[in-house]
Amino acid sequence: MSAEEKSMSIIVTKGSLDWAYPPFILATTAAAMGLPVTLFFTFYGLPLLLKDLKLQVTAAGNPAMKMPMGGMHMGLPNIVTAIPGVDAACSVMMKNLIKKKGVASIEELREMAVEAEVRMIACQMTMDLFEYDKEDMIDGIDIGGAATYIECATQADINLFI
Amino acid sequence: MADATLDAKGLNCPLPILKARKALKDVADGGTLEILATDPGAVADFEAFCRQTGNELLEHSEDGGTYRFLIKKVA
Repeated sequence: MSAEEKSMSIIVTKGSLDWAYPPFILATTAAAMGLPVTLFFTFYGLPLLLKDLKLQVTAAGNPAMKMPMGGMHMGLPNIVTAIPGVDAACSVMMKNLIKKKGVASIEELREMAVEAEVRMIACQMTMDLFEYDKEDMIDGIDIGGAATYIECATQADINLFI
Repeated sequence: MADATLDAKGLNCPLPILKARKALKDVADGGTLEILATDPGAVADFEAFCRQTGNELLEHSEDGGTYRFLIKKVA
């Protein structure tokens, strides 16, 4: 890394389909612009490193989530989001919308991040806490803790928490 | 005539940039890459991309909702 080269790190703490986008979009774009990038996956962000992604959205507690429908925007009251199958249906709708609008899938962005040599660190404590094995995760990731991240953050110009 | 053309029509942020970066790898230094896109956000994004990476944005134009960018590979 040259002295003038800017770099970026992101702490990834959320693993729903919608929240998975900002870290992967920013990581791949920064890498494309020549920045070395590190992503630190902790708590609910950790499952984004699983080989098999089963990402979902929920409208529960999110009054801003309104899907375009027949020229209008439809939201769901919290009580409706509690009905079994509603989150799954919302997730299918969101994935269809993503495809229709030419937005990349998370799987695609993650693959591009791997190709662009984005460094991905899985939080060891979270792996212990939620009982995940390294074998369940994609290849090429590092495992580390808070000190590993802090060392990286002291050298980065942009440090984000998502 | 550009040395290579990337059709990024129908793709949304950040795919045009990511695919352009990949396509630029196959262009020789000093060569040019033409990109076609329909994402209106690509206009500001390709300007920023070029400023940051040192590549040169030679031209950009719009015709019936399709944006055309011509980038000269410098870096």
